[in-house]
Amino acid sequence: MTPRRRQLATIGGAIALLAIAPALLSNFGVSLLNDIGIGALVALGLMLLTGVGGATSFGQAAFVGIAAYASAWLTTTQGVSPWLGLLFALALTGLAALAIGLLTLRLGGHFLPLSTIAWGLSIALLFGNMDSLGRHTGLSNIPALRIAGFSLAEPRAIYYLVWGLVGLCCLFSHNLLNSRAGRAIRALRGGSTLLASVGADAFRVRLTLFVTAALFAGLAGWLYAHMNRFVSPSPFDVRASIEYLLMAVAGGLGQLSGALVGSALVLVMKNVLQDLLPFLSQRGGQLEGVAFAVLFIVLLHQARGGLMGFVASRMRGRFAAVVRDAGEFASVEPLARRELPARGAPVLSVQGALKRFGGLVAVDDVSFDVRAGEIVGLIGPNGAGKSTMFNLVTGTLAMTAGRVDFLGRDITGLAQRRIAQLGMARTFQHVKLRPQMSLLDNVALGAHARATAGLMAAGLRLDRREEAQIMAEAHRQLERIGLAQRAHELAGSLPLGTQRVLEIARALAADPVLLVLDEPAAGLRRNEKRSLGELLRKLRDEGVTILIVEHDMDFVMKLVDRLVVMTFGSKLVEGPPAAVRADARVQAAYLGSSVDGAAPARVDVQVEAARVEAIVERRVS
Amino acid sequence: MTWDVALILGIDGLANGAVYLLAGLGLVLIFSVTRVVFVPFGDVVAFSALSLAAFEAGRAPATIGLVLTLAALAVLAEAWSLWRRGEARRIPRALVGWGLLPALPCLAAWAIAGRAVPGALQVVIAIALVVPIAPLVARIALQPIADASVLVLLIVSLALHFLLSGLGLLFFGPEGSRTGPLASGSLTLPGGFPVSAQVLLMMASAIVLSALFFLLFERTVAGKALRATAVNRIGARLVGIRPTRTALLAYALASLLAGLIGVLVAPVTTMYYDSGFLIGLKAFVAAIIGGLVSYPLTAIGALAVGGVESFASFWSGALKDVIVFSLLIPVLMLRSFLAAHAEEEVEEIDP
Repeated sequence: MTPRRRQLATIGGAIALLAIAPALLSNFGVSLLNDIGIGALVALGLMLLTGVGGATSFGQAAFVGIAAYASAWLTTTQGVSPWLGLLFALALTGLAALAIGLLTLRLGGHFLPLSTIAWGLSIALLFGNMDSLGRHTGLSNIPALRIAGFSLAEPRAIYYLVWGLVGLCCLFSHNLLNSRAGRAIRALRGGSTLLASVGADAFRVRLTLFVTAALFAGLAGWLYAHMNRFVSPSPFDVRASIEYLLMAVAGGLGQLSGALVGSALVLVMKNVLQDLLPFLSQRGGQLEGVAFAVLFIVLLHQARGGLMGFVASRMRGRFAAVVRDAGEFASVEPLARRELPARGAPVLSVQGALKRFGGLVAVDDVSFDVRAGEIVGLIGPNGAGKSTMFNLVTGTLAMTAGRVDFLGRDITGLAQRRIAQLGMARTFQHVKLRPQMSLLDNVALGAHARATAGLMAAGLRLDRREEAQIMAEAHRQLERIGLAQRAHELAGSLPLGTQRVLEIARALAADPVLLVLDEPAAGLRRNEKRSLGELLRKLRDEGVTILIVEHDMDFVMKLVDRLVVMTFGSKLVEGPPAAVRADARVQAAYLGSSVDGAAPARVDVQVEAARVEAIVERRVS
Repeated sequence: MTWDVALILGIDGLANGAVYLLAGLGLVLIFSVTRVVFVPFGDVVAFSALSLAAFEAGRAPATIGLVLTLAALAVLAEAWSLWRRGEARRIPRALVGWGLLPALPCLAAWAIAGRAVPGALQVVIAIALVVPIAPLVARIALQPIADASVLVLLIVSLALHFLLSGLGLLFFGPEGSRTGPLASGSLTLPGGFPVSAQVLLMMASAIVLSALFFLLFERTVAGKALRATAVNRIGARLVGIRPTRTALLAYALASLLAGLIGVLVAPVTTMYYDSGFLIGLKAFVAAIIGGLVSYPLTAIGALAVGGVESFASFWSGALKDVIVFSLLIPVLMLRSFLAAHAEEEVEEIDP
């Protein structure tokens, strides 16, 4: 059996088991399964938000509560149908999540999870203090759900609705993760600079993700209210939020199945302890919390990635990811390409760029131009301000004074994301790849700004045509750098040199006018450098303009058409490589002797660099 | 609201703030050294208060059993890990360090229980009794996963809180207790307002302990090792500081602070086995105001939380906690806005 078949068979088996479960179980068992399904819905949202998106929430139960109370209040006081209650509950939960998200999702580091404790506590406390919501006694006599006159008051009756919704939400999440929106979500942990470099807005991605997770919780809350037909504040407090997080962590934050398994694990464990402990001790009720905590700590000690993480590490290889055939991409209509400017037309023009960090002037009045179809190198000794210049051009840092024009447009002060969308693609000095994503997905992330399908379209599979186009494009770029056979390996498994080349493929997937490379040759072996040089020359011939910041003299001298040399923050010389190499000021800047003194010791920079490299090469191999 | 009321509320707020200050110091200390948000801090507070109450009632506190249980578990954990590393000959030393040392305050507590001894001695032993608790639970549950992500550490820490409060219920029962005042009498302010000596004692303790903390960090090698570990764990290791040892010191100091808080609040509030949680949580708000790293800002945050709580309870007793916790969001936004934090990557989840 192929891994794909095996995976489908496992899922099919699980669905079949769930379908016949009500026939085999007692009423109590069915009720427990209903609770597990509701917990799994909340945990699924957390899996996306925390496991994939990297934002921990300690307030998810508050969203369950908002939806439960909303529908309960509307149906008991206004006497409307629970289905209208569902709309109202989801709308209210979504709005609340939007408001909270707008306020808090810009928080960095551990401030974000801490803020979730704040609103998680406050919202739950509000439920208990509002007269219209019955204060601490809550609301009762909530009507049961009815479908076409058939009442879902019995646990067996509502069972299929609960698990049907769980199944739909799992499917939605699965589709979402394998899409343009999903790749952006999976890249969130890489930081907002990474997302901005492919033209995506990290804040917006995080906000939509947050609202989606809240809506999953809202759906669970609505089911909860009409299944139990009674709501009170305590199931929605921070303790409950923590329990949902426990479910997600116990199941394994890395896998969608972890939500189901985690929810089942936590609820079954609680029930077993409730039944078992009174036999062991008279104070069984008091022991319950203790035993629960102990089991939990032991689980996290033994399997930090949760139960499904543990299973996945044992099963590695048996359930492989979907592998697409290269032939599949041939028939796809390619993504629309950008109009490249005529050779020699101005692409980038920096005028009087100045950057001050407090008292330090890192870049001081630097001006240079880059024209279409040329490779320009930006070099200089350590601390010359090359990287700062790089950040000013790409919009990662704001300029203190000066102006940058890109394709005849003033981009001074424009957000990095906007500049990327205009056709400037970059790589990073410290490689920013997503190690847990495949090579193909990493490159596909680069094409983010060339497509439009959003989260909803992705979840409902309305984005398949565009998705196929993106995948074909990513595959084409992988072929270009010679990594197409390894498309489905994880990026984290590549050696550093190859990772740098992969970053270039990601930048190319954006179909850039200008490619800005930050030390692409660092950490590459000699033959890797040679093929990188060949690739860049080929790109130039295809009409891509390249600005390259580099340390490696040998590499740069052979490659570029023109060099800009910086030292101590200002521009020293600009010109073709041969002239720059012969320039006494450049030699002085690199070798540290004075310009107007006697001729510096005749050390050819290029020869010296090659010699050092050869020594290193010999040591390594 | 009249000025009189405002003054009374203000003094009340300062007294609350003093408690949150001490707790906040403990939380920041542990977090900065170990990256653990130590949620069970509040439970240790409750245990020291309940121990003192037991002494006053002439009983041996249940804390003895609790500490001995934890010590036994820690000895087992330590012996097991030593044996697995093939260092079995160091087991006797572990037995002394993890088993005998925590048993000493238990012995003292057992000796004075039910006897007529000075109140001060009871207070000292009640505090000494809880000092081993945080280091022991950390050794059992947190040290084996010290390299895990902050999220996993936080969740284990939450589980530890449930564990300790469960044990608290088991050992102390659901009844609450209140101890006699540590200081009696009152001081009359120039305007004719009496301030009880207990409140003064709380504020004085906060000031003295903060000063001691400052001296510890500025003047002692151990304090500098703590600071070094907080700033850069790997760097500290490279210069020969052992992270497990500094972590142990941080936990012990925090436990000591928790013990002090327990005996300070026991006379003014009725303490139950789970009363510490809210104290810990509000101290946590203060610690967040300090960004979980800055001690002076934590102190200011603690006083602010105490003040807000006190005034909020005047306007609406039921909503006072809502107000205190909602305060966090603007504070966090301000902090995040002020901190021009560099691009940070979120850590990967554990495999």
